[in-house]
Amino acid sequence: MDKIVSAKDAIAQISDGMTVGVGGWGPRRKPMALIREIIRSDLKDLTIVSYGGADVGMLCAAGKVKKVIFAFVSLDFIPLEPYFRLARQNADIDIMEIDEGMLLLGLRAAAWKIPFIPTSVGLGTDVIKNASDLAIIDSPYDEKEWVAMPALKLDVSLVHVDKADKRGVCQIKGPDLYMDDWFARAAEITIASCEETVHSDYFSGADEARFVHWERSETSAVVPISGGAHPSSCAPLYGFDVEHFKEYNATAKEGGFDVYSGTYIDGKDESEYQEAVGGLDAIISLPLPVY
Amino acid sequence: MTTTATEYKLCELMICAGADAFIGNGEVLATGIGVIPRLAASLAMKTSNPNLMMTDSEAWMVSEPNAISGRKPGDGQHKESWMGFSRIFDNVWGGKRHAMVGPSQVDQFGQTNISALGGTYGQPKVQMLGVRGFPGNSISHKNSFCVPAHSKRVFVGGECDVVCSIGYNPERLPKGYSFEDIDLGLVITDLCVMDWQGPNHQLRILSLHPGISVQNVIDNTGFELSISDSVSTTMAPTKEQMAIIESLDSKGLRYKQLLNNPAGDRR
Repeated sequence: MDKIVSAKDAIAQISDGMTVGVGGWGPRRKPMALIREIIRSDLKDLTIVSYGGADVGMLCAAGKVKKVIFAFVSLDFIPLEPYFRLARQNADIDIMEIDEGMLLLGLRAAAWKIPFIPTSVGLGTDVIKNASDLAIIDSPYDEKEWVAMPALKLDVSLVHVDKADKRGVCQIKGPDLYMDDWFARAAEITIASCEETVHSDYFSGADEARFVHWERSETSAVVPISGGAHPSSCAPLYGFDVEHFKEYNATAKEGGFDVYSGTYIDGKDESEYQEAVGGLDAIISLPLPVY
Repeated sequence: MTTTATEYKLCELMICAGADAFIGNGEVLATGIGVIPRLAASLAMKTSNPNLMMTDSEAWMVSEPNAISGRKPGDGQHKESWMGFSRIFDNVWGGKRHAMVGPSQVDQFGQTNISALGGTYGQPKVQMLGVRGFPGNSISHKNSFCVPAHSKRVFVGGECDVVCSIGYNPERLPKGYSFEDIDLGLVITDLCVMDWQGPNHQLRILSLHPGISVQNVIDNTGFELSISDSVSTTMAPTKEQMAIIESLDSKGLRYKQLLNNPAGDRR
């Protein structure tokens, strides 16, 4: 079995109107090369489910998004994602705003093929008032009411991993997996971009298999793109690109996304993107952040 | 024998007052979001409550708080367990956590907002972060607040524009719940220290920072406050506390948190 495909062929599996989950967290381990491929495509009306960073901001700015299901969209050191902010303030997108943990429960419910997971999270807040598709239910076991967090069924998930073999065995050695395993399990199709492809024998060495967090049956496509998380981080290999994010952020105030996209994405393939940001060597030399 | 520091900044007074929020909490994960809350939690772990647990704000639990400045990539730390983001929720929902956070709005019920200001759900005037983990935190474990600029823009009349966390609002109390299920701790501001233990969980002034009057606080709060019978002056940091804070923040990030870095004693 060989799941290795190009970014373009992988993205071709997505159709207009689909629900797309994006792994990573804020500015960390986002499958940004795949996001750029979506921006270069004709796709539209996507529903994006994400612990959001520039993935959400860029897709909104590029007009690809109908709805965002989110708990936050942030670049961390730049707290407010500039293009998500504009999309919200201009009422360009629909939203479902939920708690970070509710998003996790929604992915788990989808992964486990159950319609909802009961939780107290959201009670007493505007989350249950605003998100009209959230039901409040009675429990058969106690007198309390509970939020029935619905399954967030994903048509496609996009994740970025360190290493993968052609069968879709994916390894992430970063200290935090984020919710990537649940994104993979919640989706019909999971596309994993990877820093490096390896022979299957690689995973039998030392503790390598301990860093494989989901079964290969959950991975549909493997897209080799070294540096593919840029400008987000891919710990422990490289950090996020502070200067690049600053420049991206500045374009929201002056010039707009067309300027950013014209410089880095539009009409450029991924190798041209990497050239424009200083080359792969520069990307993989970016220092890890210290918290 | 403790000696009071003679000179200290307002941020340091707030850090020491914030550390008191964790006294008697026992073995819980102390999470301080932002420089002052994180230093407050770290100071508490190194002094008044050594049983506290802490993370490196990334993916590991640490047995000793990390310094918040002066560390370099790859510097060692006192890891004690893995604690990735997904596992944080296992801790949160179990309730053994106390978070100190900095909301953009706080209302009379102790409800808070970090999501958006003004406008509507479909079109806010100002989009901020989103609700993040506030709904889950507020119904699962104890929460304290740190407000660096005490004003009516933060302590708003009515309700917050977006209610991100549950508070002591009878109108929103879920079926089967009582106020006993909600645990709001201290509110540390640049003017005073407060808690939610006034009548019907009204926000109550406990101590005023040196040079601040009750009227100053009232004038900068958009709703009615309860005044404790024994409003005191916030305790000045001790020399021991100041040394610990310095060791945790040798580059002085704390001095950049409050406008013009005021002195702690404004008399």
